[in-house]
Amino acid sequence: MDKVIRSASTSAEEILEWAEERKLETCFDRAAKLKPCPIGETGACCRVCHMGPCRLIGKNAEKEAMGVCGATLPTVAARNLARMIAAGTAAHSDHSRDMANTLLAVATGETKDFQIKDAKKLYKVAGILGVEFEGRPVNDVAKDVAEIFLQDFGRQNGELNYCKRAPKKTQERWKKYGVTPRGIDREVVEMMHRTAVGVDHEADHILTQGLRTALADGWGGCMISTDISDILFGTPRPIKAEASFGIFKEDEVNLVVHGHEPTLAEAIVAVASKPEMVEYAKSKGAKGINIGGMCCTANEVLMRHGIPTAGGFTNQELAIMTGLIDALSVDVQCIMPAITEVSKKFHTKIITTSPKAKMYGAVHIEHNEHNPNKTAEEIIRLACDNFPNRKAEGSHITQKYPLIGGFSDEYIEYMLGGRWRASYRPLNDAIMAGRIRGVVGLAGCDNPRVPATGIHKFLVNELIKNDILIVSTGCGSAACASAGYLTPEMALENAGPGLREVCEAVGIPPILHLGACVDNSRILTIATNMAKEGGLSDEIGGMPAVGIAPEWMSEKAIAIGCYFAASGVPVIFGGESPVGASKEVTKIMTEVWMERFKGALHFEPVPEKMLELALKYIDAARDALKLRKYEPGKFGTDRVLMDMAARREIKAAAHTGVGGINES
Amino acid sequence: MSKIIASSAMRASHEMVKRTEDMLDKAISEKGKDFVFEFPDTAYHLPMIYGMTAFKVKTLGDMKTALDTAKHDLHPVPEDHLWKPYLGETLDSGMVTLFAEEIYLALRYINGLEPAVDPETNFTYNGFITDTIQRNLGIQLVDGRMPGFAAIIGAAPDEATAVKIVRELQEKNILVFLSGQSKDKNGKLTSVTKQLLSQNIELGWDTYIVALGPDTEHTLYALDWALRAPMIFGGNKAGDYKTLLKYSKDRIFAFALALGDMDDLKWATGAGAINMGYPAVCDTDVPVIHPTGVCTYEHVDKEFDHSKIVQKAIEVRGLKVTVEKPPIPVAYGPAFEGERIRKEDMFIEFGGQRTPAFEWVRTKELDEIEDGKITIIGTDVEAKYKAGGQMPLAIVVDVAGRKMQDDFEAIIERKFHHNINEAQGLWHMGQRDIVWMRISKQAYNDGITLEHLGIIQATMTKNRFSAIVDKVQVTLYTDEKDVLRLQDEARAKYKERDKRLAGLTDESVDTFYSCLLCQSFAPSHVCVISPERLGLCGAYNWLDCKAAFEIDPTGGNQPIAKGEPLDAVKGRWEGVDNYLKSNSGGAVETLNLYTIMDNPMTSCGCFECIIALIPEANGVMIVNRGYAGMTPAGMKFSTLAGTVGGGMQNPGFMGIGVNFVTSRKFLYADGGIKRIVWMSKNLKERVAEDFKARADEEGISDFLDKIADETIAEDSEKLMEFLASVGHPALTMDPMF
Repeated sequence: MDKVIRSASTSAEEILEWAEERKLETCFDRAAKLKPCPIGETGACCRVCHMGPCRLIGKNAEKEAMGVCGATLPTVAARNLARMIAAGTAAHSDHSRDMANTLLAVATGETKDFQIKDAKKLYKVAGILGVEFEGRPVNDVAKDVAEIFLQDFGRQNGELNYCKRAPKKTQERWKKYGVTPRGIDREVVEMMHRTAVGVDHEADHILTQGLRTALADGWGGCMISTDISDILFGTPRPIKAEASFGIFKEDEVNLVVHGHEPTLAEAIVAVASKPEMVEYAKSKGAKGINIGGMCCTANEVLMRHGIPTAGGFTNQELAIMTGLIDALSVDVQCIMPAITEVSKKFHTKIITTSPKAKMYGAVHIEHNEHNPNKTAEEIIRLACDNFPNRKAEGSHITQKYPLIGGFSDEYIEYMLGGRWRASYRPLNDAIMAGRIRGVVGLAGCDNPRVPATGIHKFLVNELIKNDILIVSTGCGSAACASAGYLTPEMALENAGPGLREVCEAVGIPPILHLGACVDNSRILTIATNMAKEGGLSDEIGGMPAVGIAPEWMSEKAIAIGCYFAASGVPVIFGGESPVGASKEVTKIMTEVWMERFKGALHFEPVPEKMLELALKYIDAARDALKLRKYEPGKFGTDRVLMDMAARREIKAAAHTGVGGINES
Repeated sequence: MSKIIASSAMRASHEMVKRTEDMLDKAISEKGKDFVFEFPDTAYHLPMIYGMTAFKVKTLGDMKTALDTAKHDLHPVPEDHLWKPYLGETLDSGMVTLFAEEIYLALRYINGLEPAVDPETNFTYNGFITDTIQRNLGIQLVDGRMPGFAAIIGAAPDEATAVKIVRELQEKNILVFLSGQSKDKNGKLTSVTKQLLSQNIELGWDTYIVALGPDTEHTLYALDWALRAPMIFGGNKAGDYKTLLKYSKDRIFAFALALGDMDDLKWATGAGAINMGYPAVCDTDVPVIHPTGVCTYEHVDKEFDHSKIVQKAIEVRGLKVTVEKPPIPVAYGPAFEGERIRKEDMFIEFGGQRTPAFEWVRTKELDEIEDGKITIIGTDVEAKYKAGGQMPLAIVVDVAGRKMQDDFEAIIERKFHHNINEAQGLWHMGQRDIVWMRISKQAYNDGITLEHLGIIQATMTKNRFSAIVDKVQVTLYTDEKDVLRLQDEARAKYKERDKRLAGLTDESVDTFYSCLLCQSFAPSHVCVISPERLGLCGAYNWLDCKAAFEIDPTGGNQPIAKGEPLDAVKGRWEGVDNYLKSNSGGAVETLNLYTIMDNPMTSCGCFECIIALIPEANGVMIVNRGYAGMTPAGMKFSTLAGTVGGGMQNPGFMGIGVNFVTSRKFLYADGGIKRIVWMSKNLKERVAEDFKARADEEGISDFLDKIADETIAEDSEKLMEFLASVGHPALTMDPMF
């Protein structure tokens, strides 16, 4: 029998083999043992009341199956998906709310540990929100901004402030189909209400509120979080870092920050470099303190400080098995409770830090936005104290890869023209000329039910070979980083000829690491900027762009997928469809959404078919925009030679097009 | 690959900043921070720094501030492996280099080293390009005579190639800037300037070949010139760098030809130019940058074949050049118009008080003439021509066409000057019966015959006036008696025409014309041209526009039906206002043709003169372009020009054509010519004859003597003294506002 490949990463696979010999269990083993429930997996299980759970199965279930209350399969499948959207939106947005509270605490001086690091970004945001900023103290501006953001969470009527950042036409579609979000919390609450027993039963009607909730996530929770993180901790610029298990150091205290929030991690990074902390580590026999990251907290501190990452979601147990982690500090989201169990076999201390999240077997050191440095110091000391307990036991993997990360939408604009000519023109031009066939946003989780990170790697290789520029976030970025793909050399060696020319001209990797999963909002901004720059679609919909989350598992991914679909991006998710049982729901999410929003949400388990579908969407968009037909190696701009009469026709007040996209 | 270019540019930016800083520190230690500097004849300070940042560099201390600020945009050179992105950083490094170069050149001026002089040949380079030259060229920039600009940096492999490239550019009407040096095929460090000089090629603005200086840094002068265009003509503000750069990318069709080996500073300067949208084509094996977006098309390309490099560069810049050339054995185009033919280079001449000569256009019926027929009438013509020296000559051009009108004869005739002059080795001056023409020995050797004069006139008349003229026939007379006989006939006709023209008033027509030619550079400016008010550039009068509209009904000159008069005194019509609203991009709502005080005419930037209000004198002054001294308004022409150009109405200031000064409609509503209290001397002399006639009409015969000039007053105080002493009428007229 062929050997079962559990991870597409050789380092991960090595650790898994090492673990197997020692009978240490991981998510990969549990995934193999615990098959998904086939009814729940496809969305046919209803458990919103206690007359059930009801299984809507059988021949012609779509038409005939009913729950005790009479709910049909489309109702149930739609409700299930809608509740995933609500949960995902709640997760991002609650994270975002904490960011807004932190910004307020900094602005009012309640916390002295953080400052406004990027006033320029603050002013940009203030400009969008209509907050006067010229000639005012930075903290006063920040206070107004934080308060306006906080209103967005509790807003009852009107619309989210950031809706106006979208291209006009995109906003018009939202208005037309009633999905413009009001308040973030309101949309989540209404979604939960409408999917409770006996309320909303039309699949399309339920899913329309689903999209409204998802938009509150993308243009609300996620975008607010990204912006506040940039304001407080700096807008990312390209930075060098390393990835995979080899980032841990044998002779230093290894402290890993894991989860999704940047705040405590920022404090840990800052405090760990203090001489007294380094001295403390030395007093315990270590040469220093090595901070590593995991999951999206890793992405946050990688983007801004070049902190190395041990990888994404499925690496968390394996990292502990290196035997080198002295403490693992976690905040929220995607933290496997299994890590405390694994840690028992090693010396690793698991520390929970969020007032919202506790685990059996973990030490709890609670973080709040008022004195993060104190919490950080406590955690660092605990890690140092634990260093002498390190045993020889562990896989001690040394493989690691260098990477270039740190691509904010602001830097992308800068890199395409410098300070004076910053714009998206070169990107739009490259797409129009056929050098770049299209853009794929590669995001989402990594998943132990497939050879983990394997579909990411497959797609990356195929897409860049096909001259498709990739923007990646979250564990998609981690998967690429841990495979050594996030290097400029990757373009020279593996990209198609057109994409390679562009990467060479700009000096970029073919995959741009945009940050954490919450930073998918940056993709919305990039797409908006492309629409405003002109020459492609004048809205997000219709761009030769596709979103792919090949190994998704979190409800947050569903919320993200849906906000992209509602914004106008066709999205392809891997794995079995969580609404696969209902043809009607599937049709709504593909055909109906495509017609209304020019976006869609597909589920496609076969990697080759994902690729095929993505290329089909991109080429169809190119055709519809009447762009030059994509042919590998054949590209170029058709020259329009200008005589004097043609020059007089150039409009005086035309869009400047040399950057400075107006946020209106 | 691009990283090589990026690394070069970044290295050079550091080096250039360091070199400039050392020089600047030395200058400050010698002269102090407050030492004042300005480039010759510009209102734009250090134009690159001023345009991009709005910071006015006026002293050495300001230079220090500017350089220190610029340093923030220096970047480390990309690493060999795992490099960070470099395109944005390279472009920034390029701009820092331009800023440093600008300060470096300013310091060279302070040290008396600019304009540079070639030690071997004593050739003086152009140095900084003044505002005046820029405005002088205004009309050529928009009417197709100067559609593009080439900066040649370095040297061709040999002199012949240098000449070939430059000639090709000249024939395509492209203005050539020369700077920098490189090795020729023999390994000798030289430059295109030196190569052209060695071949006795005439350099200068008139021949479209401008040698800026011997070094790469001198290229900056061309970029300084380009960046002023959006401020001078486009009405854009300093510091609005996005608009300035967008303008330069969209409207200024410049490119670089980098000949010979590249070095770091050339790449850095090139990176600066790419910010402005100007690509480079090299003749060496350089890395190319093809993806588009900062420039319109490719950013850096290469072409080893020197016979193709000009065409390649033109295409890469997206420039369309239409050249109309008659079938003659010498080069042809506006770039050859400025060539002089000195006596010792002359083969033969006609007219110029030496022999009788004249030119004349006659309107004929279609069946009376044979299209393209050239006839030479005279005895022993060939022998006389071959002998050289001097010859009588009448050029009679008969034209016929369904749309031909008598009024167009003068228009067609006025182009004869350009028709002949644009041929290389042919020279033309004057018009009608005061014409003077020369053919050079070189042109004669190249095969120019007498018949070619006819061919040129026939071909170019048909080219230029294709919609009006269906047939052209040219007859040349060379016997003195024929010439004299026909000259009398022609003179009678000239007189008749002049009389008709004099009777042409604003009231006598119901249609004015617009001139939108400048909208390629000044997008919101519209010239309204009436019979009594010609275009402010002096190049287009009402008849010109009328003819131009006949030739090209969708072109730059459109009829404006005057419509209802709204204010007969100030010169305001409903039709004119409506036209302006829809054609000025919303910039101008209403216009008064006859006053400077209330919604006056806007300007593109290439006005021949500026009128400015002198409040204390209750009158106006008029200064012509080219007068570099101070005026009683307290501003030089260049500074005044900044308040007038760019399509904005600015009461109290206005750009005009020279001939408008003697129009009956000159400031009609404000009191006419009596308001003139000061004129630059050169202008006074230019208009003297017509002005005296106008003064007579007004009953103030000695009025010109009551107008001050720079020899009398350069400031308000002296002006007032003078006006009082001569009893200038303005002092007692109604207040202007």
